[in-house]
Amino acid sequence: MFYREAGQFKTSYSADESVFPILQDRIGIAVILGLAFVVIPLTATSFTLSSVLIPVLIFSLAAIGLNLLTGYTGLLSLGTGGFMGVGAYACYKLTSLFPNANIIVLILASGFFSAGIGAVFGLPSLRIKGFYLAVATLASQFFLSWCFVRVPWLVNYNVSNAIEVPTRTMFDIPITGPNATPMTRYLVVLSIVVGMTWLASNLLRGRIGRTWMAVRDMDIAAELIGIRLYRTKLLAFAVSSFYCGVAGAMMVFLWLGAAEADSFNINQSFLILFMVIIGGLGSLIGSFFGAAFIWGLPIVLKMLPEFFGVKIHAATVEHLQFMTLGALIIFFLVVEPHGLARLWQIGKQKLRVWPFPY
Amino acid sequence: MRAPTSGPEVAAGDVLLSVENVSLSFGGVKAVTDVSFDIRKGEIRAIIGPNGAGKTSMLNVINGFYHPQKGRISFKGKTRSKMRPHEAAHGGIARTFQNVALFRGMTALDNIMAGRTLKMHRNFFWQLLRFGPALAEEVEHRHRVEEIIEFLEIQAIRRVQVGRLPYGLQKRVELGRALAMEPELLLLDEPMAGMNLEEKEDMSRFVLDVNNHYGTTIALIEHDMGVVMDLSDRVVVLDHGIKIADGTPDQVKSNQKVIDAYLGVAH
Ligand SMILES: Nc1ncnc2c1ncn2[C@@H]1O[C@H](COP(=O)(O)OP(=O)(O)OP(=O)(O)O)[C@@H](O)[C@H]1O
Ligand SMILES: [Mg+2]
Repeated sequence: MFYREAGQFKTSYSADESVFPILQDRIGIAVILGLAFVVIPLTATSFTLSSVLIPVLIFSLAAIGLNLLTGYTGLLSLGTGGFMGVGAYACYKLTSLFPNANIIVLILASGFFSAGIGAVFGLPSLRIKGFYLAVATLASQFFLSWCFVRVPWLVNYNVSNAIEVPTRTMFDIPITGPNATPMTRYLVVLSIVVGMTWLASNLLRGRIGRTWMAVRDMDIAAELIGIRLYRTKLLAFAVSSFYCGVAGAMMVFLWLGAAEADSFNINQSFLILFMVIIGGLGSLIGSFFGAAFIWGLPIVLKMLPEFFGVKIHAATVEHLQFMTLGALIIFFLVVEPHGLARLWQIGKQKLRVWPFPY
Repeated sequence: MRAPTSGPEVAAGDVLLSVENVSLSFGGVKAVTDVSFDIRKGEIRAIIGPNGAGKTSMLNVINGFYHPQKGRISFKGKTRSKMRPHEAAHGGIARTFQNVALFRGMTALDNIMAGRTLKMHRNFFWQLLRFGPALAEEVEHRHRVEEIIEFLEIQAIRRVQVGRLPYGLQKRVELGRALAMEPELLLLDEPMAGMNLEEKEDMSRFVLDVNNHYGTTIALIEHDMGVVMDLSDRVVVLDHGIKIADGTPDQVKSNQKVIDAYLGVAH
């Protein structure tokens, strides 16, 4: 009974409309933000920052992007990798075109390019749904992958055929490039992800979020209350791709430091889709859970045998990863389609009535 | 609830909607054949008939979901043969469905709030910030929606996902969503189907209240003759897609063709 809303009466609808109406939730989120912005930068090792936290945050943003489209609007997309790639390549071109511009502005601006491309590739969704739409987005994935490989202009004709991230500074602190410290990069990524998550939650709780979910749940009824399907779906594609594009740009500029076309192929699309499914379709917090789970699982699986002093071949570990992941995806699809986010809710519910069973 | 301000005003008692010689068929199946009738502002107009008579098809034509092969529809004096459903919504036509078409993954509150979509105008960037005017708009509409929730006596379930609600409550939420649109014409497709007596009484009360208090014109499809006779001002009877009678409940009740149709006499 530590976690409960009893006695917390809302006296106005505006208070009831806030993100975290329950006091304990507000405290919880403040603690998490405090940890993320202050404690972690002070304590975490470079390895933890570069190989765990930065990628998890970036994947979370991509998962939020896909979740807006698939979880909230009900449009299945297999083009996530491509849309992330558009963001990354656009950011690279922008840094070459505007060498003096603020890099964070450029990373965010590259989202507009993937938003545009996403809206164009979303056009088939006006006619087709479900499986056929998934195939259409798959085609866009292949088309974009092909562009990344075959259009050398995108990488400024580098012989490596890869994006090579230049050094960019802000207030004389390197943000991108080889001299940027993991801590700086982590804080930039964290700020962008937290900010964009907040904006997404605003959208979802208002008119636009409701129109998306209405289209997902019953498009006929949505049309009859005056929702225009084509606008709603294209907006979902654009916003979703914006998020994926920013995630793609961050992935190259704030995490990997360099990237080839392969980083944005169909495997990437599936990886993000798995994160969304395991985390929970139609849940923002689930997107974080899914990303942390799928990125963290291999790390844990690698460390466990070492921890117990058992020697296991690296290849075996990799096989184990695939098997565990596959089994979990099937488990979630069958048993808990709302993913980890639902388990989280159930946990909270249990806490609310604790120590009574219900 | 306010009356919608768009379009020309129609005085109470004047024709709000007229259906002229409408025919609709699906391949070889004739769902509606050469049907004409009108709906006057402020009345409760029942559409009755045996199963498969074409009642639902008629509603689908009225709100632009189906386009009739022949005939015309005039609404508020404007005649059209083709109209998209969202245009009907703009014009002030709302409806509920025979087998409940709610947004199942959303809460009752969100379903009804969704009914206010057309009345909300803050653009994308305000929505992103959900601040100042955007929040004020959201709260203003929340007030209206809470009035509806109170009216329908569903306060206790506002935060429940509608997919988990029992059927009777789902029907109520669906009515709430339609009311949130503040329609000029409300189409109800069997709002009491599958309900027990008590639920039917509640629903009848809501329908009458909506009609009385807000002056909303209602077209109602219903199988329960008792309900139809009690609620409606005028009744149109369809059978096999053909209009066989039209008049006050008493006139219709004593019409021989209607009696035959309901008793299943061959013709
Ligand atoms: N989309 C459709 N495609 C093909 N036939 C249809 C379609 N909709 C309705 N029909 C046919 O049109 C006829 C009228 O159907 P409608 O649903 O309008 O009847 P109804 O009066 O609402 O019946 P009920 O009381 O059973 O709801 C039926 O023969 C039905 O099979
Ligand atoms: Mg019907």
